Amino acid sequence: MSRYSNVIILIALVVALALSLAIGSVSLPLSELLKALTGHGNELADSIVWKIRLPRTVLIALTGMALGGSGATYQGLFRNPLADPYLIGVASGAGLGAVVAMSLHWPYSLWGMMAVPVAAFGGALLTVTVVYMLARVGKTAPPTTLILAGVAISSFATSLTSFLMLRSEGELHRAMSWLMGGSIQLGWIPVLAILPYLMIGLTILALSGHALNLFQFGDEQAQQLGLNVVYVRKVLLAAASLTTAAAVSFSGIIGFIGLIVPHMMRLWFGEDYRRLVTLSILGGASALLVSDVLARIVLSPQEIPVGIVTALAGAPFFLWILRRVKSQEAG
Amino acid sequence: MLKIRSLSVQYGERPVLREVSLDLKRGEVLALIGPNGSGKSTLVRAVSGVIPVAHGYIRVDGQDVTHLSPMQRARKIAVVPQAISLPPAFTVWQTVLMGRTPYLNFLGQLSQRDKEIVNQALTRVQALHLAQRQVGDLSGGEAQRILLARALAQSTPILLMDEPTAHLDLKYQVSMLHMIRELAHHDGLAILLVLHDLNLAAEYADRLALLAEGQITAIGSAGEVLVADLISPTYGLPVQVVSHPLHGRPFVTALGAPQV
Repeated sequence: MSRYSNVIILIALVVALALSLAIGSVSLPLSELLKALTGHGNELADSIVWKIRLPRTVLIALTGMALGGSGATYQGLFRNPLADPYLIGVASGAGLGAVVAMSLHWPYSLWGMMAVPVAAFGGALLTVTVVYMLARVGKTAPPTTLILAGVAISSFATSLTSFLMLRSEGELHRAMSWLMGGSIQLGWIPVLAILPYLMIGLTILALSGHALNLFQFGDEQAQQLGLNVVYVRKVLLAAASLTTAAAVSFSGIIGFIGLIVPHMMRLWFGEDYRRLVTLSILGGASALLVSDVLARIVLSPQEIPVGIVTALAGAPFFLWILRRVKSQEAG
Repeated sequence: MLKIRSLSVQYGERPVLREVSLDLKRGEVLALIGPNGSGKSTLVRAVSGVIPVAHGYIRVDGQDVTHLSPMQRARKIAVVPQAISLPPAFTVWQTVLMGRTPYLNFLGQLSQRDKEIVNQALTRVQALHLAQRQVGDLSGGEAQRILLARALAQSTPILLMDEPTAHLDLKYQVSMLHMIRELAHHDGLAILLVLHDLNLAAEYADRLALLAEGQITAIGSAGEVLVADLISPTYGLPVQVVSHPLHGRPFVTALGAPQV
């Protein structure tokens, strides 16, 4: 199966993209969709596809890529199968950073928007550093302590976020709707605002496969094999946190994609991080697109936040992995 | 080849190695012996660069390696660790491939030459047939050979080995030590070997170095180092050293209970 991994995952992505473009409060058959995409559709279909569906689909796909890629990287760096941008608190930290930026009065322009991921990045870096230092036992962070530290810091960041939102009256609504994934009404601006950060972050992650493989042998062996462990760990933590921050800035806090997707990829296609990171990036896009489609149709015409869908699917999955980790630690 | 002079290492305030000096020549197996906690593994870790050196220098072919980057250092010195806690889901091939790390570019691309070298390394330790197996499915002896292959794939002139026979049964111990001796005498590698078994050290090493409380107290041939007057006080155990009936090298046996 691993030989065809790229083909399988690309087909899944194309299907997910098509579903995301076709399904919504106005359902578009495939023929209409193709016409609209090539600019030959009727006016209504054109405007639905180009102004609403496509920007939303691209934003969701980019967010999924970011969560899948950073999830795989955190898991590899911490040698911890439960690491996920949400569970280790990075996403909440990034959310806090984003809300701090939003509670100031900043312009609605593209440049103003581009400042949000920077603030989110600051929050993410701070969180990941604190969580790692709290959870560290010797040179590794055992699964359970990492999650405990993540949960604690995450609640702290979330409380601060709520507090800020309650205090800042006028901006509250905007920040709240953004963190719930409400920025989809903003068209292409959020996509453009996160694209540069994601390009940098995802490129670094996609190139990190060999280094992540080395980390699986522990710091000491990795260094003896020629890896500059201290430096590379910092670069990869920064890149994964930048990627998470960009995703959180305009899609809000979405849990479990960064946990589930790398796990599925590992189960299906093997442990090699050279492939695993790229596959998790692509698989993350598909998974979040499908979740988003579900979020649109479950209570149609009303939408539910996509984070609810991923949490409903992800929490049981998390418990399943936790059981596996426990039995591995016992055996 | 490898020249260590007045090497001192501390864990916090506690000195672990004190003024250690030794030379390792091309084509030589030097066995490092000594009781638990005498600093054998620390010496391996210090030479490989994973713990800082407080004082002294380590030179390879005249070049001080303490200031080299991990990548440059990994082209000169390879380490064979004990075969415990290897990532079980990697294949043997992937594991040995890690040995090519110091030669990969930042994209981590493999050349045809890298693949050939991995093949050669696996062939050298008679494990090419295991290439596609998962490391978690290997026996202790097989896993230890894979780690040796990984170190060979680093193409370094110097090998450091931390108790490569620790968890092996007698047959694998002997075959591993045979392989090690071949690599030194035939391929010209310089090999520093931490060994617990004094008699295996006597049989397979060209020279022995005795480490006690972080200091080298004796270095030389088995006949010079394995003498009761040195071994007994170092290990806190009365021993008798006899001449082995088959090969004539010294053979150490414990006499009675240790002096606690």
